[in-house]
Amino acid sequence: MNEFIFFINNVVVSGLVLGSVYALGGIGITLVFGILRFAHFAHGDMMTMGAFVTFLLAAMLTATGIVLPIPLAIIVLPFAMLITAGLALGIDRGFYQPLRARGARPVTLLIGSIGVTLIIQGLIRLVFGTGTYSFFDEAPKVLYRVPVPLFDAQRTINFTQPQVLMVFATILVVVVLHLFLTRSKFGKAMRAMADNADLAQVSGINTKLVIRVTWIIAGSLACLAGTMLALDVTLKPDLAFNIVLPLFAAAIVGGLGQAYGAIAGGFLIGFAEVCAVFNWAILLRPFKDRFPEWFEIPNNLAIVPTEYKLTVAFVILVITLLVRPTGIFKGASS
Amino acid sequence: MALIELKHVVGGYGGAPILNGVNMAIEKSDIGVIVGPNGAGKSTTLKAIFGLLRVTGGTIEFGGENVANSLPDRLVPRGLSFVPQEKNVFTSMSVEENLEMGAFTRKDDFSETMQWVYEMFPVLAEKRRQPAGELSGGQRQMVAMGRALMSQPKLLMLDEPSAGLSPRYVLEIFEQIVKVNAAGVGILMVEQNAKQALGFASKGFVLASGQNSFTGTGKELLDDPEVAKSFLGG
Repeated sequence: MNEFIFFINNVVVSGLVLGSVYALGGIGITLVFGILRFAHFAHGDMMTMGAFVTFLLAAMLTATGIVLPIPLAIIVLPFAMLITAGLALGIDRGFYQPLRARGARPVTLLIGSIGVTLIIQGLIRLVFGTGTYSFFDEAPKVLYRVPVPLFDAQRTINFTQPQVLMVFATILVVVVLHLFLTRSKFGKAMRAMADNADLAQVSGINTKLVIRVTWIIAGSLACLAGTMLALDVTLKPDLAFNIVLPLFAAAIVGGLGQAYGAIAGGFLIGFAEVCAVFNWAILLRPFKDRFPEWFEIPNNLAIVPTEYKLTVAFVILVITLLVRPTGIFKGASS
Repeated sequence: MALIELKHVVGGYGGAPILNGVNMAIEKSDIGVIVGPNGAGKSTTLKAIFGLLRVTGGTIEFGGENVANSLPDRLVPRGLSFVPQEKNVFTSMSVEENLEMGAFTRKDDFSETMQWVYEMFPVLAEKRRQPAGELSGGQRQMVAMGRALMSQPKLLMLDEPSAGLSPRYVLEIFEQIVKVNAAGVGILMVEQNAKQALGFASKGFVLASGQNSFTGTGKELLDDPEVAKSFLGG
Protein backbone atom coordinates (compact mmCIF):
# COMPACT_ATOMS: atom_id res chain seq x y z
CA MET A 1 0.00 0.00 0.00
CA ASN A 2 2.82 2.38 0.83
CA GLU A 3 4.20 1.79 -2.61
CA PHE A 4 0.87 2.68 -4.17
CA ILE A 5 0.75 5.94 -2.23
CA PHE A 6 4.27 6.65 -3.42
CA PHE A 7 2.94 6.13 -6.93
CA ILE A 8 0.06 8.57 -6.33
CA ASN A 9 2.43 11.22 -4.98
CA ASN A 10 4.96 10.85 -7.75
CA VAL A 11 2.75 10.20 -10.72
CA VAL A 12 -0.82 11.37 -10.12
CA VAL A 13 -0.07 14.55 -8.18
CA SER A 14 3.03 15.46 -10.19
CA GLY A 15 1.28 14.64 -13.45
CA LEU A 16 -1.69 16.85 -12.61
CA VAL A 17 0.59 19.74 -11.73
CA LEU A 18 2.85 19.39 -14.75
CA GLY A 19 -0.17 18.80 -16.99
CA SER A 20 -1.81 22.00 -15.69
CA VAL A 21 1.26 24.06 -16.52
CA TYR A 22 1.57 22.53 -20.00
CA ALA A 23 -2.16 22.94 -20.63
CA LEU A 24 -2.23 26.63 -19.66
CA GLY A 25 0.91 27.41 -21.65
CA GLY A 26 -0.25 25.29 -24.58
CA ILE A 27 -3.58 27.14 -24.79
CA GLY A 28 -1.74 30.41 -25.37
CA ILE A 29 0.48 28.92 -28.06
CA THR A 30 -2.43 27.28 -29.83
CA LEU A 31 -4.64 30.40 -29.71
CA VAL A 32 -1.87 32.61 -31.10
CA PHE A 33 -1.21 30.05 -33.82
CA GLY A 34 -4.90 29.77 -34.64
CA ILE A 35 -5.41 33.51 -35.01
CA LEU A 36 -2.02 34.75 -36.23
CA ARG A 37 -0.75 31.58 -37.96
CA PHE A 38 2.71 31.61 -36.49
CA ALA A 39 4.53 29.60 -33.82
CA HIS A 40 5.03 32.01 -30.95
CA PHE A 41 8.41 30.89 -29.72
CA ALA A 42 8.56 33.56 -27.02
CA HIS A 43 5.56 32.13 -25.20
CA GLY A 44 7.70 30.41 -22.59
CA ASP A 45 9.41 33.68 -21.80
CA MET A 46 6.07 35.42 -21.63
CA MET A 47 5.31 32.91 -18.85
CA THR A 48 8.58 33.71 -17.09
CA MET A 49 7.86 37.41 -17.49
CA GLY A 50 4.43 36.91 -15.94
CA ALA A 51 5.96 35.02 -13.02
CA PHE A 52 8.41 37.89 -12.38
CA VAL A 53 5.57 40.42 -12.54
CA THR A 54 3.74 38.39 -9.89
CA PHE A 55 6.95 38.16 -7.85
CA LEU A 56 7.43 41.93 -7.94
CA LEU A 57 3.86 42.62 -6.90
CA ALA A 58 4.04 40.00 -4.14
CA ALA A 59 7.30 41.50 -2.89
CA MET A 60 5.69 44.94 -2.80
CA LEU A 61 2.80 43.51 -0.79
CA THR A 62 5.16 41.71 1.56
CA ALA A 63 6.99 44.99 2.16
CA THR A 64 3.79 46.42 3.60
CA GLY A 65 3.91 43.70 6.23
CA ILE A 66 0.71 41.88 5.33
CA VAL A 67 0.66 38.22 6.26
CA LEU A 68 -2.07 35.92 4.98
CA PRO A 69 -2.69 32.19 5.23
CA ILE A 70 -2.25 31.77 1.47
CA PRO A 71 0.78 32.86 -0.56
CA LEU A 72 0.62 36.54 -1.43
CA ALA A 73 1.39 35.58 -5.01
CA ILE A 74 -2.15 34.22 -5.28
CA ILE A 75 -3.62 37.52 -4.07
CA VAL A 76 -1.71 39.63 -6.58
CA LEU A 77 -2.12 37.12 -9.41
CA PRO A 78 -5.18 38.78 -11.02
CA PHE A 79 -3.31 42.09 -11.20
CA ALA A 80 -0.17 40.40 -12.49
CA MET A 81 -2.29 38.73 -15.19
CA LEU A 82 -3.68 42.10 -16.23
CA ILE A 83 -0.19 43.63 -16.38
CA THR A 84 1.20 40.69 -18.36
CA ALA A 85 -1.73 40.92 -20.76
CA GLY A 86 -0.82 44.57 -21.24
CA LEU A 87 2.83 43.66 -21.82
CA ALA A 88 1.76 41.02 -24.36
CA LEU A 89 -0.26 43.68 -26.20
CA GLY A 90 2.77 45.96 -26.10
CA ILE A 91 5.03 43.24 -27.52
CA ASP A 92 2.55 42.65 -30.34
CA ARG A 93 2.36 46.39 -31.05
CA GLY A 94 6.11 46.81 -30.98
CA PHE A 95 7.31 43.72 -32.80
CA TYR A 96 4.68 41.56 -34.48
CA GLN A 97 2.21 44.14 -35.75
CA PRO A 98 4.80 46.05 -37.83
CA LEU A 99 5.85 42.73 -39.38
CA ARG A 100 2.24 41.80 -40.18
CA ALA A 101 1.62 45.24 -41.66
CA ARG A 102 4.46 44.57 -44.09
CA GLY A 103 2.91 41.24 -45.04
CA ALA A 104 5.60 39.13 -43.34
CA ARG A 105 5.29 35.37 -43.72
CA PRO A 106 4.76 33.17 -40.64
CA VAL A 107 8.40 32.07 -40.63
CA THR A 108 9.49 35.70 -40.37
CA LEU A 109 7.22 36.17 -37.36
CA LEU A 110 8.63 32.98 -35.84
CA ILE A 111 12.17 34.32 -36.16
CA GLY A 112 10.93 37.63 -34.76
CA SER A 113 9.53 35.82 -31.75
CA ILE A 114 12.94 34.20 -31.13
CA GLY A 115 14.25 37.76 -30.98
CA VAL A 116 11.54 38.62 -28.46
CA THR A 117 12.63 35.59 -26.42
CA LEU A 118 16.16 36.98 -26.23
CA ILE A 119 14.91 40.46 -25.35
CA ILE A 120 12.67 39.22 -22.52
CA GLN A 121 15.34 36.94 -21.08
CA GLY A 122 17.95 39.67 -21.37
CA LEU A 123 15.76 42.24 -19.66
CA ILE A 124 14.89 39.85 -16.84
CA ARG A 125 18.57 39.06 -16.25
CA LEU A 126 19.39 42.76 -16.41
CA VAL A 127 16.89 43.56 -13.65
CA PHE A 128 16.89 40.43 -11.51
CA GLY A 129 20.27 38.87 -12.25
CA THR A 130 20.75 35.22 -13.04
CA GLY A 131 19.92 33.83 -9.61
CA THR A 132 16.86 31.98 -8.45
CA TYR A 133 14.10 33.41 -6.31
CA SER A 134 11.54 31.79 -4.08
CA PHE A 135 8.04 32.96 -3.32
CA PHE A 136 8.41 31.28 0.05
CA ASP A 137 11.21 33.18 1.77
CA GLU A 138 8.81 34.64 4.31
CA ALA A 139 6.60 31.67 4.99
CA PRO A 140 7.20 28.07 3.93
CA LYS A 141 4.85 26.27 1.57
CA VAL A 142 1.89 24.75 3.32
CA LEU A 143 2.00 21.00 2.92
CA TYR A 144 -1.13 18.90 3.08
CA ARG A 145 -0.76 15.32 4.22
CA VAL A 146 -3.77 13.13 3.64
CA PRO A 147 -3.61 9.88 5.58
CA VAL A 148 -4.98 6.83 3.82
CA PRO A 149 -6.95 4.74 6.32
CA LEU A 150 -6.60 1.58 4.29
CA PHE A 151 -4.67 -1.58 5.01
CA ASP A 152 -1.45 -0.77 6.80
CA ALA A 153 -0.50 2.38 4.99
CA GLN A 154 1.98 4.57 6.84
CA ARG A 155 2.74 7.00 4.06
CA THR A 156 0.44 9.93 3.38
CA ILE A 157 -0.65 11.47 0.11
CA ASN A 158 1.21 14.76 -0.03
CA PHE A 159 0.62 17.90 -1.96
CA THR A 160 1.45 21.54 -1.39
CA GLN A 161 -0.98 24.40 -1.20
CA PRO A 162 0.21 25.97 -4.48
CA GLN A 163 -0.33 22.63 -6.21
CA VAL A 164 -3.95 22.48 -5.08
CA LEU A 165 -4.55 26.10 -6.09
CA MET A 166 -2.88 25.43 -9.43
CA VAL A 167 -5.11 22.52 -10.32
CA PHE A 168 -8.24 24.43 -9.30
CA ALA A 169 -7.14 27.51 -11.22
CA THR A 170 -6.61 25.35 -14.30
CA ILE A 171 -10.09 23.86 -14.01
CA LEU A 172 -11.56 27.34 -13.58
CA VAL A 173 -9.68 28.67 -16.61
CA VAL A 174 -10.76 25.75 -18.76
CA VAL A 175 -14.42 26.23 -17.83
CA VAL A 176 -14.33 30.00 -18.37
CA LEU A 177 -12.47 29.62 -21.65
CA HIS A 178 -14.98 27.02 -22.81
CA LEU A 179 -17.92 29.31 -22.01
CA PHE A 180 -16.16 32.22 -23.69
CA LEU A 181 -15.43 30.31 -26.90
CA THR A 182 -18.84 28.67 -27.23
CA ARG A 183 -21.23 31.25 -25.79
CA SER A 184 -19.88 34.74 -26.30
CA LYS A 185 -19.97 36.61 -29.57
CA PHE A 186 -16.28 37.42 -29.33
CA GLY A 187 -15.26 33.90 -28.48
CA LYS A 188 -17.14 32.65 -31.51
CA ALA A 189 -15.49 35.33 -33.62
CA MET A 190 -12.11 34.05 -32.40
CA ARG A 191 -13.01 30.54 -33.46
CA ALA A 192 -14.27 31.88 -36.77
CA MET A 193 -11.00 33.69 -37.39
CA ALA A 194 -8.97 30.61 -36.47
CA ASP A 195 -11.14 28.60 -38.86
CA ASN A 196 -11.03 30.96 -41.84
CA ALA A 197 -9.45 34.40 -41.41
CA ASP A 198 -10.45 35.68 -44.85
CA LEU A 199 -14.10 34.79 -44.35
CA ALA A 200 -14.04 36.31 -40.86
CA GLN A 201 -12.89 39.57 -42.43
CA VAL A 202 -15.53 39.32 -45.15
CA SER A 203 -18.20 38.82 -42.46
CA GLY A 204 -17.26 42.19 -41.03
CA ILE A 205 -15.51 40.79 -37.95
CA ASN A 206 -13.05 43.32 -36.59
CA THR A 207 -9.97 41.13 -37.00
CA LYS A 208 -7.64 43.61 -35.30
CA LEU A 209 -9.77 43.53 -32.19
CA VAL A 210 -9.81 39.72 -32.26
CA ILE A 211 -6.00 39.75 -32.42
CA ARG A 212 -5.90 42.04 -29.38
CA VAL A 213 -8.27 39.81 -27.42
CA THR A 214 -6.08 36.83 -28.34
CA TRP A 215 -3.00 38.51 -26.87
CA ILE A 216 -4.91 39.47 -23.73
CA ILE A 217 -5.93 35.83 -23.19
CA ALA A 218 -2.52 34.43 -24.13
CA GLY A 219 -0.69 36.94 -21.94
CA SER A 220 -2.85 36.50 -18.86
CA LEU A 221 -2.77 32.69 -19.12
CA ALA A 222 1.00 32.83 -19.60
CA CYS A 223 1.25 34.81 -16.36
CA LEU A 224 -0.92 32.28 -14.57
CA ALA A 225 1.05 29.29 -15.89
CA GLY A 226 4.42 30.92 -15.21
CA THR A 227 3.48 31.88 -11.67
CA MET A 228 2.23 28.39 -10.94
CA LEU A 229 5.40 26.86 -12.27
CA ALA A 230 7.46 29.27 -10.19
CA LEU A 231 5.38 28.48 -7.09
CA ASP A 232 5.92 24.78 -7.65
CA VAL A 233 9.66 24.97 -8.29
CA THR A 234 11.64 28.21 -8.10
CA LEU A 235 11.67 31.43 -10.05
CA LYS A 236 14.58 31.94 -12.43
CA PRO A 237 15.17 33.76 -15.73
CA ASP A 238 15.01 30.60 -17.84
CA LEU A 239 12.08 29.16 -15.89
CA ALA A 240 9.72 28.48 -18.78
CA PHE A 241 12.20 28.73 -21.63
CA ASN A 242 13.23 25.21 -20.63
CA ILE A 243 9.74 23.87 -21.18
CA VAL A 244 8.89 25.69 -24.39
CA LEU A 245 9.42 22.49 -26.38
CA PRO A 246 6.95 20.35 -24.38
CA LEU A 247 4.55 23.31 -24.57
CA PHE A 248 4.70 23.24 -28.35
CA ALA A 249 4.40 19.47 -28.28
CA ALA A 250 1.22 19.85 -26.19
CA ALA A 251 -0.25 22.33 -28.66
CA ILE A 252 0.69 20.24 -31.71
CA VAL A 253 -0.38 16.91 -30.23
CA GLY A 254 -3.75 18.42 -29.34
CA GLY A 255 -4.20 19.92 -32.79
CA LEU A 256 -2.86 23.41 -33.52
CA GLY A 257 -5.48 26.11 -33.10
CA GLN A 258 -7.69 23.92 -30.90
CA ALA A 259 -7.91 25.19 -27.32
CA TYR A 260 -9.35 21.91 -26.05
CA GLY A 261 -6.62 20.07 -27.89
CA ALA A 262 -3.93 21.99 -26.02
CA ILE A 263 -5.56 21.07 -22.70
CA ALA A 264 -5.71 17.40 -23.62
CA GLY A 265 -2.21 17.51 -25.10
CA GLY A 266 -0.87 19.28 -22.02
CA PHE A 267 -2.17 16.66 -19.61
CA LEU A 268 -1.18 13.82 -21.94
CA ILE A 269 2.40 15.03 -22.11
CA GLY A 270 2.51 15.95 -18.43
CA PHE A 271 1.40 12.47 -17.35
CA ALA A 272 3.56 10.76 -19.96
CA GLU A 273 6.63 12.56 -18.65
CA VAL A 274 6.07 11.62 -15.02
CA CYS A 275 5.13 8.05 -15.98
CA ALA A 276 8.26 7.71 -18.06
CA VAL A 277 10.61 8.71 -15.27
CA PHE A 278 8.74 6.83 -12.53
CA ASN A 279 10.52 3.79 -11.18
CA TRP A 280 7.93 1.08 -11.81
CA ALA A 281 9.96 -1.45 -9.86
CA ILE A 282 8.56 0.14 -6.71
CA LEU A 283 5.06 -0.98 -7.62
CA LEU A 284 6.28 -4.53 -8.28
CA ARG A 285 8.11 -5.00 -5.00
CA PRO A 286 5.06 -5.87 -2.88
CA PHE A 287 4.40 -8.77 -5.23
CA LYS A 288 7.92 -10.11 -4.93
CA ASP A 289 6.71 -13.46 -3.60
CA ARG A 290 4.46 -14.14 -6.54
CA PHE A 291 7.26 -14.03 -9.11
CA PRO A 292 9.22 -17.17 -9.87
CA GLU A 293 12.41 -17.43 -7.90
CA TRP A 294 14.77 -16.92 -10.78
CA PHE A 295 13.14 -13.55 -11.48
CA GLU A 296 14.64 -10.67 -9.65
CA ILE A 297 12.97 -7.27 -9.80
CA PRO A 298 15.52 -4.80 -11.14
CA ASN A 299 16.30 -1.83 -8.96
CA ASN A 300 15.25 0.68 -11.51
CA LEU A 301 12.44 0.14 -13.99
CA ALA A 302 12.01 3.72 -15.15
CA ILE A 303 11.39 3.98 -18.87
CA VAL A 304 13.85 6.85 -19.25
CA PRO A 305 16.25 8.45 -16.78
CA THR A 306 15.07 11.81 -15.41
CA GLU A 307 17.65 13.72 -17.44
CA TYR A 308 15.97 12.51 -20.62
CA LYS A 309 12.48 13.58 -19.59
CA LEU A 310 12.34 16.05 -22.48
CA THR A 311 12.51 13.23 -25.02
CA VAL A 312 9.13 11.92 -23.87
CA ALA A 313 7.31 14.90 -25.37
CA PHE A 314 9.02 14.25 -28.68
CA VAL A 315 8.23 10.57 -28.77
CA ILE A 316 4.56 11.37 -28.18
CA LEU A 317 4.73 14.11 -30.78
CA VAL A 318 6.21 11.80 -33.38
CA ILE A 319 3.70 9.02 -32.67
CA THR A 320 0.77 11.45 -32.82
CA LEU A 321 1.95 12.98 -36.06
CA LEU A 322 2.34 9.53 -37.60
CA VAL A 323 -1.08 8.30 -36.51
CA ARG A 324 -3.10 11.52 -36.61
CA PRO A 325 -1.13 14.20 -38.47
CA THR A 326 -3.48 17.04 -37.50
CA GLY A 327 -3.49 16.19 -33.79
CA ILE A 328 -6.07 14.74 -31.46
CA PHE A 329 -8.62 17.48 -32.09
CA LYS A 330 -7.99 17.90 -35.83
CA GLY A 331 -6.13 21.18 -35.88
CA ALA A 332 -4.56 23.09 -38.73
CA SER A 333 -2.20 21.13 -40.93
CA SER A 334 -0.02 24.06 -41.92
CA MET B 1 -30.00 57.25 -57.56
CA ALA B 2 -28.37 53.90 -58.05
CA LEU B 3 -27.75 51.66 -55.05
CA ILE B 4 -24.15 51.22 -56.11
CA GLU B 5 -22.30 52.88 -58.94
CA LEU B 6 -18.81 52.09 -60.16
CA LYS B 7 -17.25 54.83 -62.25
CA HIS B 8 -14.14 53.96 -64.18
CA VAL B 9 -12.69 51.79 -61.41
CA VAL B 10 -8.99 50.96 -61.76
CA GLY B 11 -7.29 48.59 -59.35
CA GLY B 12 -5.15 45.53 -58.69
CA TYR B 13 -2.90 43.79 -56.22
CA GLY B 14 0.02 46.18 -56.73
CA GLY B 15 1.87 45.89 -60.03
CA ALA B 16 -0.11 46.18 -63.25
CA PRO B 17 -3.79 46.95 -62.65
CA ILE B 18 -6.29 44.15 -63.32
CA LEU B 19 -9.25 46.49 -63.60
CA ASN B 20 -8.81 49.18 -66.24
CA GLY B 21 -11.96 51.20 -65.90
CA VAL B 22 -15.03 49.26 -64.89
CA ASN B 23 -18.41 51.00 -65.00
CA MET B 24 -21.51 49.57 -63.40
CA ALA B 25 -24.71 50.73 -61.79
CA ILE B 26 -27.11 48.56 -59.83
CA GLU B 27 -30.53 49.53 -58.48
CA LYS B 28 -32.20 48.00 -55.48
CA SER B 29 -34.50 46.03 -57.77
CA ASP B 30 -31.69 44.75 -60.00
CA ILE B 31 -30.05 41.40 -60.42
CA GLY B 32 -26.76 42.25 -62.08
CA VAL B 33 -24.71 39.47 -63.63
CA ILE B 34 -21.07 39.86 -64.62
CA VAL B 35 -19.89 37.47 -67.32
CA GLY B 36 -16.76 37.26 -69.40
CA PRO B 37 -13.74 35.14 -70.20
CA ASN B 38 -11.28 33.92 -67.57
CA GLY B 39 -9.03 36.63 -66.23
CA ALA B 40 -11.34 39.42 -67.34
CA GLY B 41 -11.54 40.78 -63.81
CA LYS B 42 -15.00 39.53 -62.88
CA SER B 43 -14.24 38.33 -59.35
CA THR B 44 -11.69 41.11 -59.01
CA THR B 45 -14.48 43.66 -59.52
CA LEU B 46 -16.43 42.23 -56.59
CA LYS B 47 -13.30 42.16 -54.42
CA ALA B 48 -12.50 45.75 -55.35
CA ILE B 49 -15.97 46.84 -54.22
CA PHE B 50 -15.47 44.97 -50.96
CA GLY B 51 -12.12 46.59 -50.20
CA LEU B 52 -10.15 43.36 -50.63
CA LEU B 53 -7.81 44.85 -53.19
CA ARG B 54 -6.47 48.31 -53.83
CA VAL B 55 -8.55 50.70 -55.92
CA THR B 56 -6.20 53.23 -57.49
CA GLY B 57 -8.62 55.13 -59.68
CA GLY B 58 -12.30 55.88 -60.18
CA THR B 59 -15.04 55.88 -57.58
CA ILE B 60 -17.35 53.33 -56.00
CA GLU B 61 -20.45 55.10 -54.79
CA PHE B 62 -22.59 53.23 -52.31
CA GLY B 63 -25.31 54.93 -50.29
CA GLY B 64 -24.23 58.31 -51.67
CA GLU B 65 -20.61 58.00 -50.57
CA ASN B 66 -17.38 56.93 -52.18
CA VAL B 67 -16.51 53.71 -50.39
CA ALA B 68 -13.47 52.75 -52.48
CA ASN B 69 -10.81 51.11 -50.27
CA SER B 70 -13.12 50.84 -47.25
CA LEU B 71 -12.64 47.60 -45.35
CA PRO B 72 -15.41 45.00 -44.84
CA ASP B 73 -15.89 45.80 -41.14
CA ARG B 74 -17.08 49.25 -42.29
CA LEU B 75 -18.92 48.08 -45.40
CA VAL B 76 -20.96 45.28 -43.83
CA PRO B 77 -22.80 47.55 -41.35
CA ARG B 78 -23.60 49.89 -44.26
CA GLY B 79 -25.42 47.13 -46.09
CA LEU B 80 -22.91 45.37 -48.30
CA SER B 81 -22.43 41.60 -48.17
CA PHE B 82 -20.17 39.25 -50.08
CA VAL B 83 -20.21 35.50 -50.66
CA PRO B 84 -16.75 34.39 -51.81
CA GLN B 85 -16.50 31.57 -54.33
CA GLU B 86 -14.40 29.20 -52.25
CA LYS B 87 -13.93 28.53 -48.55
CA ASN B 88 -17.11 30.46 -47.87
CA VAL B 89 -18.21 28.69 -44.67
CA PHE B 90 -16.57 28.23 -41.26
CA THR B 91 -16.18 24.47 -41.54
CA SER B 92 -15.52 23.76 -37.84
CA MET B 93 -18.51 25.78 -36.66
CA SER B 94 -22.15 24.78 -36.65
CA VAL B 95 -24.58 26.07 -39.25
CA GLU B 96 -26.17 28.33 -36.68
CA GLU B 97 -22.81 29.73 -35.56
CA ASN B 98 -21.99 30.46 -39.21
CA LEU B 99 -25.17 32.51 -39.45
CA GLU B 100 -24.38 34.29 -36.18
CA MET B 101 -21.01 35.32 -37.58
CA GLY B 102 -22.83 36.92 -40.50
CA ALA B 103 -24.67 39.06 -37.95
CA PHE B 104 -21.45 39.99 -36.12
CA THR B 105 -21.72 43.70 -36.92
CA ARG B 106 -25.35 43.89 -35.77
CA LYS B 107 -26.11 45.11 -32.29
CA ASP B 108 -29.85 44.42 -32.43
CA ASP B 109 -31.75 41.16 -32.12
CA PHE B 110 -31.19 39.11 -35.27
CA SER B 111 -33.41 36.12 -34.49
CA GLU B 112 -36.03 37.23 -37.05
CA THR B 113 -33.45 37.40 -39.82
CA MET B 114 -32.25 33.94 -38.84
CA GLN B 115 -35.83 32.67 -39.02
CA TRP B 116 -36.12 34.20 -42.48
CA VAL B 117 -32.94 32.42 -43.61
CA TYR B 118 -34.18 29.11 -42.18
CA GLU B 119 -37.50 29.55 -44.01
CA MET B 120 -35.63 30.17 -47.22
CA PHE B 121 -33.38 27.12 -46.72
CA PRO B 122 -35.37 24.67 -44.56
CA VAL B 123 -32.58 22.10 -44.80
CA LEU B 124 -30.34 24.44 -42.80
CA ALA B 125 -32.85 24.58 -39.96
CA GLU B 126 -32.67 20.80 -39.76
CA LYS B 127 -28.87 20.85 -39.65
CA ARG B 128 -28.43 23.95 -37.51
CA ARG B 129 -26.29 22.11 -34.94
CA GLN B 130 -24.09 20.30 -37.46
CA PRO B 131 -20.62 21.58 -38.36
CA ALA B 132 -20.86 23.31 -41.74
CA GLY B 133 -17.88 21.28 -42.94
CA GLU B 134 -20.00 18.12 -42.88
CA LEU B 135 -22.59 19.48 -45.33
CA SER B 136 -22.74 18.85 -49.07
CA GLY B 137 -21.48 21.43 -51.55
CA GLY B 138 -24.96 22.75 -52.27
CA GLN B 139 -25.89 23.01 -48.61
CA ARG B 140 -22.63 24.82 -47.90
CA GLN B 141 -23.53 27.35 -50.56
CA MET B 142 -26.82 27.89 -48.74
CA VAL B 143 -24.95 28.43 -45.46
CA ALA B 144 -22.67 30.90 -47.21
CA MET B 145 -25.64 32.81 -48.65
CA GLY B 146 -27.46 32.67 -45.34
CA ARG B 147 -24.40 34.02 -43.54
CA ALA B 148 -24.19 36.95 -45.96
CA LEU B 149 -27.90 37.72 -45.55
CA MET B 150 -27.71 37.85 -41.75
CA SER B 151 -26.32 41.39 -41.84
CA GLN B 152 -29.50 42.52 -43.67
CA PRO B 153 -27.61 43.79 -46.69
CA LYS B 154 -28.93 46.25 -49.25
CA LEU B 155 -26.64 44.71 -51.85
CA LEU B 156 -25.61 41.06 -51.91
CA MET B 157 -22.58 40.15 -54.00
CA LEU B 158 -21.97 36.55 -54.97
CA ASP B 159 -18.87 35.16 -56.64
CA GLU B 160 -19.89 32.22 -58.85
CA PRO B 161 -22.57 30.84 -56.54
CA SER B 162 -23.19 27.86 -58.84
CA ALA B 163 -19.55 26.76 -59.22
CA GLY B 164 -19.14 23.03 -58.67
CA LEU B 165 -22.81 22.39 -57.84
CA SER B 166 -25.05 19.73 -59.33
CA PRO B 167 -27.74 21.05 -61.75
CA ARG B 168 -30.44 20.53 -59.13
CA TYR B 169 -28.68 22.79 -56.64
CA VAL B 170 -27.77 25.35 -59.31
CA LEU B 171 -31.46 25.77 -60.01
CA GLU B 172 -32.33 26.01 -56.32
CA ILE B 173 -29.63 28.59 -55.59
CA PHE B 174 -30.73 30.70 -58.57
CA GLU B 175 -34.34 30.49 -57.40
CA GLN B 176 -33.34 31.70 -53.95
CA ILE B 177 -31.32 34.56 -55.43
CA VAL B 178 -34.41 35.72 -57.32
CA LYS B 179 -36.43 35.41 -54.10
CA VAL B 180 -33.90 37.43 -52.09
CA ASN B 181 -34.01 40.10 -54.78
CA ALA B 182 -37.80 40.16 -54.60
CA ALA B 183 -37.47 40.80 -50.86
CA GLY B 184 -35.71 44.07 -51.68
CA VAL B 185 -32.02 43.17 -51.82
CA GLY B 186 -30.00 44.22 -54.85
CA ILE B 187 -27.87 41.45 -56.35
CA LEU B 188 -24.54 41.62 -58.12
CA MET B 189 -23.03 38.30 -59.10
CA VAL B 190 -20.32 36.74 -61.19
CA GLU B 191 -21.47 33.65 -63.04
CA GLN B 192 -19.96 31.00 -65.28
CA ASN B 193 -23.38 29.59 -66.15
CA ALA B 194 -23.78 32.75 -68.21
CA LYS B 195 -26.73 31.73 -70.34
CA GLN B 196 -28.77 30.54 -67.40
CA ALA B 197 -27.93 33.55 -65.24
CA LEU B 198 -28.55 36.15 -67.93
CA GLY B 199 -31.99 34.54 -68.31
CA PHE B 200 -33.11 36.07 -65.02
CA ALA B 201 -30.72 39.03 -64.82
CA SER B 202 -32.11 42.52 -65.17
CA LYS B 203 -28.63 43.81 -65.99
CA GLY B 204 -25.72 42.07 -67.64
CA PHE B 205 -22.13 43.21 -67.84
CA VAL B 206 -19.60 41.58 -70.12
CA LEU B 207 -16.05 42.25 -69.00
CA ALA B 208 -12.91 41.71 -71.04
CA SER B 209 -9.38 42.61 -69.91
CA GLY B 210 -10.67 44.55 -66.96
CA GLN B 211 -13.06 46.74 -68.95
CA ASN B 212 -16.73 46.68 -69.88
CA SER B 213 -17.16 45.44 -73.39
CA PHE B 214 -20.95 45.11 -73.39
CA THR B 215 -23.62 46.30 -71.01
CA GLY B 216 -27.32 45.76 -71.30
CA THR B 217 -30.29 43.90 -69.92
CA GLY B 218 -29.85 40.16 -69.58
CA LYS B 219 -32.05 39.57 -72.58
CA GLU B 220 -30.18 42.08 -74.75
CA LEU B 221 -26.90 40.32 -74.06
CA LEU B 222 -28.39 36.92 -74.75
CA ASP B 223 -29.80 38.14 -78.05
CA ASP B 224 -26.66 39.98 -79.12
CA PRO B 225 -24.99 37.76 -81.73
CA GLU B 226 -21.52 39.10 -80.99
CA VAL B 227 -21.77 38.48 -77.24
CA ALA B 228 -23.22 35.05 -77.91
CA LYS B 229 -20.41 34.19 -80.27
CA SER B 230 -17.51 35.41 -78.17
CA PHE B 231 -18.61 34.73 -74.60
CA LEU B 232 -21.53 32.39 -74.45
CA GLY B 233 -20.17 29.61 -76.62
CA GLY B 234 -22.35 30.24 -79.75
